[in-house]
Amino acid sequence: MRVSAAEGIDAARAVKMIGYADRDILKDSLGLILAKTPEEKAAYEEAFELYFKRDDLGAQDEAESDEQKRPWQQQQGQQGGEGMGGSGGQSLGQLLEQDDRAALATAMEQAARESGIENIRFFTQKNLYARRILDRMGLRQVERDMEALRQSGTPEGLGRAQFLEGRVDQLRDSVRDFVERNLILFAKGETEKFREELLKSARLSNLERRDLDRMRVLVRQMAKKLAARYAKTRRRRLRGQLDIRRTMRRNMGWGGIPFITVWKQKRIEKPRVMVLCDVSGSVAPMSQFLLMFLYALNEALSDIRSFAFAGSLIEVSEILEKEPVEQAITKIMETIGFGSSNFGNSFADFEDGWMQYVTPKTTIIILGDARGNRTDPRTEIVSRMSQRSKRIIWLNPEYKSAWGTGDSDMYRYAPFCNLVTVCNTLRHLERAITDILEDAV
Amino acid sequence: MNDALPPGLSPLQSIEQVDQGLSAAGYIANRQISTAIYMAHHLQKPILVEGPAGVGKTELAKSVASWMKLPLIRMQCYEGLDESKALYEWKYGKQLLYTQILKDKISSVIGESDNLATSLDKLHAFGDIFFSKQFLEPRPLLRALEEPTGAVLLIDEIDKSDQEFEAFLLEILSDFQVTIPEIGTVGAVVPPIVLLTSNSTRDLGDALKRRCLHLHIGFPDEKLEAKIIASRVPGIDASLLKQLVSFVQQLRALDLKKVPSVSETIDWAKVLVLLHTSVLSVDLVRDTLNVLLKFEADIEAAGKQIAGLTHKARADGGVAA
Repeated sequence: MRVSAAEGIDAARAVKMIGYADRDILKDSLGLILAKTPEEKAAYEEAFELYFKRDDLGAQDEAESDEQKRPWQQQQGQQGGEGMGGSGGQSLGQLLEQDDRAALATAMEQAARESGIENIRFFTQKNLYARRILDRMGLRQVERDMEALRQSGTPEGLGRAQFLEGRVDQLRDSVRDFVERNLILFAKGETEKFREELLKSARLSNLERRDLDRMRVLVRQMAKKLAARYAKTRRRRLRGQLDIRRTMRRNMGWGGIPFITVWKQKRIEKPRVMVLCDVSGSVAPMSQFLLMFLYALNEALSDIRSFAFAGSLIEVSEILEKEPVEQAITKIMETIGFGSSNFGNSFADFEDGWMQYVTPKTTIIILGDARGNRTDPRTEIVSRMSQRSKRIIWLNPEYKSAWGTGDSDMYRYAPFCNLVTVCNTLRHLERAITDILEDAV
Repeated sequence: MNDALPPGLSPLQSIEQVDQGLSAAGYIANRQISTAIYMAHHLQKPILVEGPAGVGKTELAKSVASWMKLPLIRMQCYEGLDESKALYEWKYGKQLLYTQILKDKISSVIGESDNLATSLDKLHAFGDIFFSKQFLEPRPLLRALEEPTGAVLLIDEIDKSDQEFEAFLLEILSDFQVTIPEIGTVGAVVPPIVLLTSNSTRDLGDALKRRCLHLHIGFPDEKLEAKIIASRVPGIDASLLKQLVSFVQQLRALDLKKVPSVSETIDWAKVLVLLHTSVLSVDLVRDTLNVLLKFEADIEAAGKQIAGLTHKARADGGVAA
């Protein structure tokens, strides 16, 4: 969630106006200013709860009967003199004995601030920060006192030590909870960003199932960004050149006095994209993501036709358009996926069914490893595709060193392609598609 | 910006008052909505209202206007909307006439000078009103700024407009002023209450969002919806009200293309009242389902479950099956 300085100022003004008295209203007001999408609202609410939650210290102790507490409080009255010189006005020991939860909570927060809790980033730091907070609250002194009481040997001293120990344990738990909450609050964004960066440059075929959800979000964002950028360039106008003929005609009604000027506009082509995606067994882990990206791109661009092939080729535009992403991918993989690939056959299918729709404005993108299991590569069809289309771009998930080895026909197809490039991370994919969209302008 | 209350707007003293005022105007608001209106007024910020169609985004603006007795100025956005339609337009015809008049009177302006330089000097000295307020045709945005008592400005479906237009709105949203190149900057007499609505058909720019309070109105819960219906369809029977609200709430839980929104619930309530219904029956629901659902596929999908839903609705309404 990004909050600008101006929004921060607004939030401060709102708090000044509303006050802290009503928690719900405060929450609503800040939400109005800080969170600007439904997702952000959810994140905001979570953060608000975490930040402003101050659970009663040792609340589980509430059930404890008054009789149990009273003897210590009475004794405390007598022994109050031997207070343990803490940092604040009241020592931690006293606070614990009096069970003053509000004061304890305040002391804890102050100690946390002093120990720089907002810098916590990793869960391994949890104990470190908990210890620091307890130290600052004066736990060492209490421990020493407890030891002294135990040494004294009197039953009263032992009882008191025991009582204090129970309280200290509770305090430890509370502090640990507190640190944990802060870890979630401060570290979540950082670790997630880190993870996302990692995912973007990881090889798609190496990704694990548990990353799928996150990948889906990333892929979506990427496609959306590309679509937005492309929409902007499409509307770019060429200002500065007057279209005299149309201006004259437009202003005929005013005797040719040019009240309304008409400017020459550059019409910008929509890219017509056809994507042929290999879904055979050899690239199966990869094609999941390719299809995902295809799906997102399909949502973003209007004029795109998608095909999937392994042994043969089918059009999948409709499936991608109508089904939600999960089902679409499963359906495609079920229909045609996982078989051994036959590029020649698939290209022949394409020529039979869809070559007629390829125009000189069409960009054809082929995603595949060009491994046709030693079947006829039918390069002549690719040559015809190249003649009919604006260009062919081949994105290959294999490293360049593997091209042409074994049954790879990459170098036999390469002469007919305008661009052949390695593409096996999300970042590669983004760059390749950006180039396609930009060139289409 | 002044934080002081303008004297005419005292009804906005507390959030409860906003709540009461809106319900007096026939709009049942939840606390978030009232808080948003309250803050919008005091912080002088526009509100961006997002939410599914038919939950009362536009209605909110209308109700605020009628409650505060301010004129409502509404601007519907669409693709291709530009500043000449949103902000101002020159009155070309009158300008043309003015040039004709000027042409006739030019000799009296310039006088007897025979020298080109002196006649030009005289022409420059002559006050030029060609581009002046007299020839300005104010459009919604400018009208909202010029309203002497303040106004409620509703910029409806901002997501339908172009990105350029969004950028153009920034000045008016943050400073309540607009710049007309030929004249200068026009500021608001009284800052209007601005509401922008969006159905999220596209993502709005960060710059725009940053300048607004963001209010998300979702579907109301059962209690709130019942209150809304009771206020909009006054003659409705309490038991029927419970039944139909329960039915609609269940319908929303189904997997539909377009779930019924509040406005559709209101329509349906009106239909049922018109048909003198007191108890929902399966046949009646089936016959009137097209008021609630607007897609053939949805009607078909829901049609299979009508019996169960109606039964549950009747139980919730306290009617014996």
